[in-house]
Parts: sequence; structure tokens; C-alpha cells
Amino acid sequence: MTSNIVLSEVEYNVVGKRHVRPDGVDKVTGRAQYGADVQLAGLLQAKVLRSPHAHARIKSLDTSAAERHPGVYAVVTAADLPFASLTREELGGDYQRLKFASNHVLATDKTLFKGHPVAAVAADSLHVAEEALNLIKVEYEVLPPAMTVKQAMKPNASLLHDDLFTSELGEMSDKPSNVASHMAFEAGDVEQGFQQADVVLEREYETASVHQGYIEPHNSTAFWNADGQLNIWCSTQGPFVVRTNVADILRHPVSKVKVTPMEIGGGFGGKITAYLEPIAALLSRKSGRPVKLLMTRTEVFEASGPAPGTWMKVKLGASRDGRITAADIFLAFEAGAYPGSPVMQGAACALACYDVPNARINGYDVVVNKPKTAAYRAPGSPQAAFAVESVIDEICEQLNVDPLEFRLRNASREGVRRVEGPVFRRIGLVECLEAARNHDHYSAPLEGPYRGRGVAAGFWFNRGFQSAVNISVNPDGTVNLIEGSVDIGGSRASIAQQAAETLGIAYEDVKPTVVDTDSIGYTMVTGGSRTTFATGWAAIEAAEDVKTQMVERAAQIWDASVDDVEYVDGVLSHKSDPELRMTFRELARQLLGTGGGITGASNVDPAGEGNGFGVHVVDVEVDPDTGKVTILRYTAVQDAGKAIHPSYVEGQMQGGVVQGIGWALNEEYFFSDQGQMMNSSFLDYRMPTALDLPMIDTVIVEVANPGHPYGVRGVGEVPIVPPLPAIASAISHAIGARINRLPANPGAVLEAMS
Amino acid sequence: MEAIEYTTPKTIAEAVQAMASAGDRARALAGGTDLLVQLRGGRRSADLVVDVKDIPELNEVSYNPQSGLTIGAAAPCYQIYANADVAANYPGLVDSASLIGSIQIQGRASLGGNLCNSAPSADAIPPMIAMGGVANIAGPNGTRQVAVEDFCTGPGRNVLESGELLVSINIPAPAPNSGANYLRFIPRNEMDIAVAGVGSAVVLDSSGQNFVSARIALASVAPTPVFAREAGDSLAGKAVSDESIEEAARLAMEAAVPITDMRGTVRQRIHLVGVLTRRTLNNAIRRARGEE
Repeated sequence: MTSNIVLSEVEYNVVGKRHVRPDGVDKVTGRAQYGADVQLAGLLQAKVLRSPHAHARIKSLDTSAAERHPGVYAVVTAADLPFASLTREELGGDYQRLKFASNHVLATDKTLFKGHPVAAVAADSLHVAEEALNLIKVEYEVLPPAMTVKQAMKPNASLLHDDLFTSELGEMSDKPSNVASHMAFEAGDVEQGFQQADVVLEREYETASVHQGYIEPHNSTAFWNADGQLNIWCSTQGPFVVRTNVADILRHPVSKVKVTPMEIGGGFGGKITAYLEPIAALLSRKSGRPVKLLMTRTEVFEASGPAPGTWMKVKLGASRDGRITAADIFLAFEAGAYPGSPVMQGAACALACYDVPNARINGYDVVVNKPKTAAYRAPGSPQAAFAVESVIDEICEQLNVDPLEFRLRNASREGVRRVEGPVFRRIGLVECLEAARNHDHYSAPLEGPYRGRGVAAGFWFNRGFQSAVNISVNPDGTVNLIEGSVDIGGSRASIAQQAAETLGIAYEDVKPTVVDTDSIGYTMVTGGSRTTFATGWAAIEAAEDVKTQMVERAAQIWDASVDDVEYVDGVLSHKSDPELRMTFRELARQLLGTGGGITGASNVDPAGEGNGFGVHVVDVEVDPDTGKVTILRYTAVQDAGKAIHPSYVEGQMQGGVVQGIGWALNEEYFFSDQGQMMNSSFLDYRMPTALDLPMIDTVIVEVANPGHPYGVRGVGEVPIVPPLPAIASAISHAIGARINRLPANPGAVLEAMS
Repeated sequence: MEAIEYTTPKTIAEAVQAMASAGDRARALAGGTDLLVQLRGGRRSADLVVDVKDIPELNEVSYNPQSGLTIGAAAPCYQIYANADVAANYPGLVDSASLIGSIQIQGRASLGGNLCNSAPSADAIPPMIAMGGVANIAGPNGTRQVAVEDFCTGPGRNVLESGELLVSINIPAPAPNSGANYLRFIPRNEMDIAVAGVGSAVVLDSSGQNFVSARIALASVAPTPVFAREAGDSLAGKAVSDESIEEAARLAMEAAVPITDMRGTVRQRIHLVGVLTRRTLNNAIRRARGEE
């Protein structure tokens, strides 16, 4: 295994070390409190009645028998949502957005996917709630479903919404359509670029709907107090986003909603939308009791965020010397039942790895009768990379150019302008490509029939956005760090490390706690690979605030000017009097007697996010009799900027690769002709198990992000991008036929071989 | 999940009485790896669950060189593959007992339960058919024997009448120069349902170069496990060769009548029957020759 490549030149005391995670003991002993563990006096259990049809009109809905059922405390339907009683005039410009959000929570006139909530019951026990669901009478008029973008974009397609009009390059069209929007990016002269090319390839690709597959199902417990205070306990990546969504959908003041994020059993982008919270809140308001609502795994698959299935076309031109001259890309992404696929992100990521002078990208956001798509780790980028990187692989074969060398010739670097506008600051793609090329994996011989090697690069923006941190100094010289970022991948540690580094104290002296929305300033989701960057930044600023106040206090105690006091590596000293010297701990002990405690606070919205790149190399072997693919070896190289906690960076890289392998090989929503998902369990939705995977080797490259005090870029999303094209190319080389649709499951590989 | 009655009889007679008392609304519980999941998921309903794990005959795993192997209907997989007699004489049975579900599932799941659940994809049934297994059934009218290949009648359906209970499965003592193997195809390496599965058992002559007889059975390619009698019979008296194995594979493919679903297509499944028949026959031959 190759060691990590550290190009950052700064030496740190705490940052970059592999510290023990603060939440480790609770998690390994089973004491960590997840949403399903919430217990409150008088708690009711609830259950949601869901549409059995992918597309249907609700002709009638009768809940009276369920309401009369013994043990039932409340039944709610869309009629209980405030949207139902508000007019278009009252809602103004928010009408469409709120209508979609409200109908997504509980269907009004139509159900738009199998699993769409229609009603919900709160009862003494889950069994009583289930019995009551059976007493609700719903009469449906079943409508033909539109299940793929190809079906939904046809002129005579079954329409999901009669009031959805295409936003056509910013202009509203006047005919209802399943195409929610058409956007485009263009740079240079595309036609001229293709004329300059010696080789032009045009290919078409498809990918299936896949799920984030977090182990912990969605859950929500709500208590609506008599004074209007609404408390929610749930599993979410973004408690403040849940607060906003719930306040919007229920037309309730945001200040009357408190969201407590419980420990989270995975999210990957799928735990941002408020699916259950508004329903649990309505049931609690009606019953006067706290209400708990849990999804089963089937409900998770059928009614929460898949990543979009896609239809993509890529035309790419290159010169004989291996330079990309032009690209023309068509991306159509499934939005699910309501607009909002990540096609825009897919379009912006599609060519981001390369300096392409002439490019045009058209993107279409298309509604289909599937659950509304949700973010999934680098939303939109893996699909787009599958299409673009696959064409590049074919061009490399045609030109007989080494695929890493081709990528190096075209690689984005500082100063290159992306097709959607921004110019790259210092980035580390070239360093990653070189590290992959120099890795012994890439030069290791791969002999034997039906074996193939694939490589691919991947991009994710990485995000900034708002974060808040408070740091209070304890009398024993430790500090309490209060944050709003839910800890999914070890961020308690990586944020505490940045605070400790800034304060010049030991990592073990920082005690991080994730708190509810009443107890910290606005903090955006744990997502977008932003947390270690932005909440880390907030921790640095809060620590700087603590340092400023500690200097002031030392100056006061010494009767000196603050300008005479230095704070270096956790020690305060008088610049000219060597006898005046205190450690952080010594001063902490004196705080309460010299004017009270010290709390540093910060609210940040940093703009210096550092874009992330990864390069992966994979070897596969195909069983020619069965089409089954075995991953023989996998190496992931990624620029982390600065790996604050290298073990968690490696964990993110390995986790992203594993999800990418699943996406590439076997994961897929399988629908009946009527649009019902047939494989809504982990038995038949085939995520890889430990036995299906090799050790994933990782190489962290550190090209410091100039936009962050410690050089952090963010690492969580990039590693799911390259696996799709790298594996598809490796299989193609193994069998001598291209894989242009994912997943490349054994049946599909057999078909490709025949 | 609805409220259910639960009982733990200590004898076969008590179990039969309990099963009969609720008729079609009674279900026997061994490992529960199918039944509990089905009850919770609303795919089966029952008024009475009869836990048969306390009945001695249903936990028996015993081998006799004359009468063969008796496997109590509730004996979990791990007790089967950990049994030295089974490992020595029935490696083809170990193949399926050690790949059902996962290690955790194998701690509870039983071959009897696999048979009674009667799924077309059941991994334990093809090797039991191939090895000539017989089901011993107890009921209100006494006991009866049914060949394993005649046990299943449809997806989730079988010959058990109201009040009847599977007591054990008997597998004949292995003939000299015999061997068996079961393979299934799954896209992953564990925790999956067979896209197709094939169990083959062969008896060779003393030279090890000719088939005396063979039996082949298929999983996941019809509403029930399939006994591909003609495929096995085609080998009787023939020399062991690629040609004779290929002909058996072709006949096994003809015996498959699969559907296309989320786990595979008709074309893929028929193709896999051919692949797995060749592979299991070759493995069974190696075992018959004592080569592994």
C-alpha cells in the first residue's frame, strides 16, 4: 500500500492525527440514542397509509371507521394540512413550491408514486394503528404511470401535474408537461471544436434509480404542546432544514419549532427532506399526545429519496495528440414525483475534470411516477461521470493513448474556467492523476482471460454555507464545544481537532456536543462535503474569539495592555516580562474569580470552499459463464486538501467506493409494469456485502485549499463519482464489449457478451 | 402483525393435536427464519404458531450405514454441517446447509423448514431430491412418507394436509462411488436468493469412468423445485465425458420453465441451469472418485 502524499507544508500538533472519536464508547456499547429510542410519557405510535398505485386519482377518502376504532387517538389526511385551506392568492409566489411540498407529505387529489402517503393514524400501539389503517376506505382511479424520462418526455405522456409548465431556459412555457425545466451551459464554439477533432464519438447511456441505503430507517417523534410549541426528535442531516420545512408546510412560526437531531445511522444526502415530521406533528396536535412515527425498510425504499435514474448522450471530439476539442452533452434526469433532480449539478460536474474549450450541456429535469429523488453523495455527478468518462475511455482506446496520460493532458488546473462559469483556484487533480499513475497498482500486470482494468476521475464542488459554534472554557482548562452539525462521519472529532489546534490545547481537552435548534445558531446540513470545512471554520473562529478574551483577561490580571500579551501554543505570556506567564489551564482556573467565564462564539458562511477530485483504478474479473463480476483490486486516490483526521478521510473514501460499486454492479429499483417497486428489501435490492468487496486501498493527496485556515477541502462525496465509469470500463476491457447501462449486473454482462 | 396463539408441544402427538385444532390457520415454527418474517410482513397470517423445537424427534441428526441419514425437521443448518457423519457422507447436503442465508441465519434455519416453506428457490431441496430424500410426515391419521421431489405443489404450497407435520427427512446411505454437489447462482456472494440453482448426484462404476445413475434437480426455474428426471437418466450407463454431461445439461435446461422477475430473466435462468448442471456434475464426479 502506497503511503499518503502530503504536499501541505505546515506542521500541526493536533490536526492530521488519528484521534479517538468522542462518540465511540456510546456507539460500541449501544448507549447512543437514535430516533427510534425516544421515549416520552403517553407516547402514541403512528402508521402511514400509502398509495398502492404509482399514479392514481383519489376519488374518495373515508377515515371515519378508523377514527372510531378503539385505541385510535388521531387520524390525519391532507385536509389537515394548512395548504388545503389556503388559496393561490393567499400564497402568492410560494404557491407552487408549497403545494408540492404539502402534497408530497400527504397526497391531496392524486397519488404520484407507490408509497405516497394518503393518511396517517396515531394509536395506543403499532398493531392498533395498523388495524386502523385497514379501516380507511380509499377509492382510486388508477392512471397510467410514466416511469422513465424517456416515457415521461413523450408528447402524449401521462401527465403527473396539470399545472407544471416547463421552465425553458428561464422562460415559462404555456403547455403542461412532465419536463419541469430545461437548462443549458455553453462555452466556446462547439461546432468549430468538433471540426478540429480527429476522432468524434457519440454514445448513449442509462442508469437506474438507486437508493442511499442508510441502515437506520427514517423516524420522527413530535410533541405539539398546548401553547403551540412544537418539539421534534428525528434522524436528520439538517435539523435546521427540518425546522424550516416543518414551519413552511405547517404554516407555523419557525421560533415555535425545536428540532433535536438524534444520533444518525447514515444519511448520504437522503436524510434532509422532512417526510415524517409534519405528519407526526399533525397527529400530536390532534391527539394532544407525543407521537412516534417510524418507517419500515419497504417504506424507506418506496417513499424516500432514490437518486435519479438517467438518460444521457455524450458527443466528444479529440485531436490525435489526445486533446479534447469539443463536447456536446444531453442529460435527462428523473426528478421523481415532484421537480428537483440534481441535473444542474450533474451538468456542472460532467466536464469539470477537463479543460474543454468548446462545450454545450443541455439538462432536463423530468417528473416521473417514482418517489421524489433526494440528494445522494455528490448528487448528479456519478451519473454524468459514467457517461463522460466512458466516452473518454473509448477515445483513449481508439487513439491508443494511456487513459491517465490522456486525462493529464486535459486535466483542469488552477485558472481553468468551468463550462458553467467559475474559474478554478488551486486544485489537486493533476497531483491525483500522477499519484494514480505512479501507484504500483497501475503498473502491476493484470493477466488472465476476462480480466480488465479501468480508471476514472471524478469531481465534486464541496460546499461552504452557514455554521455556528460556541466554545465555553471550563475551570479545569478543558472546553465545551457546542455545534449544530450532526455527526455522520466523525465530524465531532475533526471539528474538535481544529478547535484544539487553534487554542493550542490537547484534543482530549475539547468536548464536542451536537445540540438542538434552540441551542446553537443556524447551521446548514451535514452534507455537500461542507462540515469539516465550514463547521471547522466556525470552530476556528470561535476558538479565536476565546483566545481574544483570554488575552484580555490575562492583560486585566497582569494590569497590562492587551498588546503586551501573547498567546502561543496554549500559553499566555507578557511580551516584555518573562515572569508573567500562564498556561491556558492556569488561566482557566482563575476565570470565575476575575470577571466570570469565557465563551467564544461564531457564525460563519465561508466562501473559500476547495473543489475536490479523485482518481480511481480498479481491476475486475468476469465469469464468462454467468456474467458475474468480481472486483479483484481497487485503489482510490483523492485530494483532501488537508486530512484533519486521516482515518475518517480514508473511511469516507472507502465508503464512497463501496456505494459506487453497488451502483455500478447490482443496485437498481425494479418496477412492475404498473410502476410498483418489486425489490423493496435489502434481500433483493442488492447492495454489496462485506463478502463482495476487496480491501479498498486509499491514497490521500494533500494539496492545501488556500480558502481554509488548515487547507481543508471536504472529502465525503468525491469518492462515489469515479467507481461507476471505472468499473464499467474495466468490465468492458474484460469482455471486449462496452457497458452503456448501469447496473452491470450478471444478466446485463451476459447480454453484452452475447 | 396480528395477535397469534403460541404453543410448545413436547411430543409429536401433542403437536399433531395442536396443528389439527387450528386447521389451515396453524403454522409450525422451527427456526422461524421464513415464518416470522412472513407474519410480520403480512405475507402469511396464522391464528396458532406451533413451536416444534421441543420435540426430540424433530431435533435428531443421526446416521446409520444401512438406513442412511435422518434429519429432524427442526435441526438447524449448523448442526447438520457440524456433524462428522454428514460431513463425511453427504458433502452435497453440506453445500446447501452452509450457504443458506448467512452464518447467523444458519444458526436457526432448518432444512425441514426450507422444505415446508416450499419456495421455488429453496437451496436445500434440490440436493435432497438429487440424493433421493424422503419426507416423514405425521398427522391425525398416522404417519406417511413422501419423496422430496413430490413434496412441493406450488410456490409456498406442499402436500401437508391440515393437522400434518413434517417430522424428519431420510436420505439413503450413499452408494459406493457416489457423489453430489449443489451450486446456486447469486449476483452477490451471500445473503441472496438463487437466480437459479442445481443439485446433482451421481453414482459411478468402480472404474470411476462410467455413470451407473444420476439425479439432477433445479431451483428457481419453475413454480416448484424441479426434479429433472430425464437429464439424470440420460447419464445412466454412459461414459463420463463432456458430451454426456453436455447432453444432461441440455435436458436440464429443457426441464426449466422460469419466469422473468427482479432476480433474473427467463433467458438468463435457462442459461444458468446449463452452466450449473455442468459444474455440479463435474464436482459430483470428483467427489465420487474421491478426488476431493
